[in-house]
Amino acid sequence: MKHLLATDGLDPELATSILDTADELKRTLLGREVRKLPTLRGRTVITLFYENSTRTRVSFEIAGKWMSADVVNVSAGGSSVGKGESLRDTALTLSAAGADCVIIRHPASGAAHRLAGWLGETGTKVVNAGDGTHEHPTQALLDAATLRDRLGSLDGRRVAIVGDVVHSRVARSNVHLLAALGAEVVLVAPPTLLPVGVESWPVTVSHQLDAELPAADAVMMLRVQAERMTGGGPGQSFFPSAREYSIAYGLNEKRLALLADHAVVLHPGPMLRGMEIASAVADSPASAITEQVRNGVHVRMAVLYHLLAGEEEGVAA
Amino acid sequence: MTSRPRGVTDPAGEHELLSAGDVARTIARMAHQVIEKTALGAGHSAPPVLLGIPTRGTPLAARLAERVTEFSGVDVPIGALDVTLYRDDLRRRPTRPLEQTQLPGTGIDDRVVVLVDDVLFSGRTIRAALDALRDHGRPRAVQLAVLVDRGHRELPIRADYVGKNVPTSRAEDVAVLLSETDGRDAVLLRGGPVEPGAPAQEGKS
Repeated sequence: MKHLLATDGLDPELATSILDTADELKRTLLGREVRKLPTLRGRTVITLFYENSTRTRVSFEIAGKWMSADVVNVSAGGSSVGKGESLRDTALTLSAAGADCVIIRHPASGAAHRLAGWLGETGTKVVNAGDGTHEHPTQALLDAATLRDRLGSLDGRRVAIVGDVVHSRVARSNVHLLAALGAEVVLVAPPTLLPVGVESWPVTVSHQLDAELPAADAVMMLRVQAERMTGGGPGQSFFPSAREYSIAYGLNEKRLALLADHAVVLHPGPMLRGMEIASAVADSPASAITEQVRNGVHVRMAVLYHLLAGEEEGVAA
Repeated sequence: MTSRPRGVTDPAGEHELLSAGDVARTIARMAHQVIEKTALGAGHSAPPVLLGIPTRGTPLAARLAERVTEFSGVDVPIGALDVTLYRDDLRRRPTRPLEQTQLPGTGIDDRVVVLVDDVLFSGRTIRAALDALRDHGRPRAVQLAVLVDRGHRELPIRADYVGKNVPTSRAEDVAVLLSETDGRDAVLLRGGPVEPGAPAQEGKS
């Protein structure tokens, strides 16, 4: 694997292999006192975050450390980025300093692809940890890992992705990965929160959450990304009020009762309790939200393993 | 685990070292040796834990345990220990898929652990297994059982139980076939002398 930039176009066989690796890593580390493997000893992994994120950065950092890689965290705020250095120069500096892998989070869609282009010749690998409203592939992989744990397999399973689809890179990555792994995806959102061109996605679309719940094997709630809702001026907001959104698209206890017994509730976090998801639902047995976080570490270990442990493709040993 | 992909056999260059019957007899003999060396049934120590190294070490460990139990009347716990994450040659080969690691509920602390593999070659797999074991606990002693020892050690490692010693050239390849993974039991020697200077074939390590 050269880079991990998106789930769109990710080979389903490779995706399955990453999920299987994550399963094995989880089994291997379960109940062990020493949760450290020597596999990536001597490799350097840099997290380059232009947006705040605790969950994703920490997850990658722990994943790298459990594989014995040297992990260096760079936050845009406290680095030369704050002095105005371009992304390209920052990336080339990190690569020249010896990074084997750069994990990037950036507010601009496509930033990870640009980075991979610039670093292509240097051999430094790139992992997209979220770029704008484009993709967040490791989140989709950890969601898939969690669904596999709970449901056994994704093939033929029906997953409802609910809420702010238009601003969600998590939704985009999940749509492609779930479809590639054989699941049926239905997007449930008000028309204003659906992206242009959704007709070409491998999904069905619905505006009625209650109607979709009984047939769903899993419900993936999305965070309402108020900070990205900057396009609409006065009178052009995406929905009338938080209360109205919550009534139409919030996952409350009454809606939880509509779900099948085996159905799983996911949320990528951070959760707005009471808005997209009721506290009672988030803490219910149907919720796999903490499992998602736990699986996140194993999935990211698996991604680093696939990127960094093997022989470089096409390069003689 | 064999060293070369299947389907490259040249019928003329393939030689059967052990037949299915030989494999069964060899495992039975190794079982007796395990009982003797670990003083199994003497009543003063816990039975050894047999850990197979995937892929073919796992079914071999299960068979060996079955025989040990049959001859001694004592149940021996078995498990599997994948060493991929501990290998020192990861960067020289394409990414390997991980195999199962499954330790028995008894754990390995203060037990005699017998590692079981199909072929002993460079010794690097066993070195990786020793590293992996250290992360899982502290066995009282570690022993090694292999169906075939083909020589060419690159590390100071030797087996406690050897099914068959087979002096080989590096150009040759020892293939252990087991009914669980390959549909039949046999040990084959493949390939033969090559021209001097030709690169050595990658083999089981």
